[in-house]
Amino acid sequence: MKIILNNRKEEFAEETISVTRMIELKKFSFRMRIIKINGSLIPKEKYDTTIIHEGDNVQMLYLMSGG
Amino acid sequence: MRFSEIESHLRKFRVGIAGAGGLGSNCAVALARCGIGTLVIADFDVVEPANLNRQYYFSDQEGMLKTDAIKENILRINPNVSVITHCVTLDISNIPGVFAGCNVIVEAFDSDEMKEMLIETIQLKMPGIPVIIGSGLAGYGNNESIRSRKIDDTLYICGDELTTAGEDFPPMAPRVGIVANMQANTVIEILMLKK
Repeated sequence: MKIILNNRKEEFAEETISVTRMIELKKFSFRMRIIKINGSLIPKEKYDTTIIHEGDNVQMLYLMSGG
Repeated sequence: MRFSEIESHLRKFRVGIAGAGGLGSNCAVALARCGIGTLVIADFDVVEPANLNRQYYFSDQEGMLKTDAIKENILRINPNVSVITHCVTLDISNIPGVFAGCNVIVEAFDSDEMKEMLIETIQLKMPGIPVIIGSGLAGYGNNESIRSRKIDDTLYICGDELTTAGEDFPPMAPRVGIVANMQANTVIEILMLKK
């Protein structure tokens, strides 16, 4: 499966993966983050059940303390 | 375009600021100087001596509610701005009401958990309203690491997206001010394109 992740082409062996699995595979360790798929925000409680498909545009950004 | 024309355009809009700490107080002042019509500012905290290393308050305001102190400071700079303050702890249930009618919302919290809660709430419950995030500003130096980027029409992020503030890595006036002013600059860029 090929997707766009943070504006770059990314390839996974699987045909589809959950958001949780993508986080594991990419070793996105920092826990405070925002994930959007094709422009829709995915709430944290839906990471296990939301599936990423071929061609999806995934944006992930980290939220750092300080302000 | 002359500044007077920019100012009269910006007067039509309402901007929400979630948090009146380092990011929020400095961003609010920059927007007030540019003549934004209405600022809606929410914070629950009081001004403390430790805030003065980066936040837009004065030593004689210690102990004041930040919402009262920022309103006072904004009106001293530009009395034409309408300042609406909410002394509340923002949460999932009150955010849509507090920021109802805002054209843009600035995320100006300190804690990463609050940032996440605010962004999720606005994106899910207030669709179409742009949120400007501040993320990564602790320490000093490294001007070149601070950047601003657009994720999509409703999400923008300013900061280095890397550093986390802590006891030994404090947020300080210069880098906090840079990010706060980048957020204000993004707000103005968005509003200038709106009819």
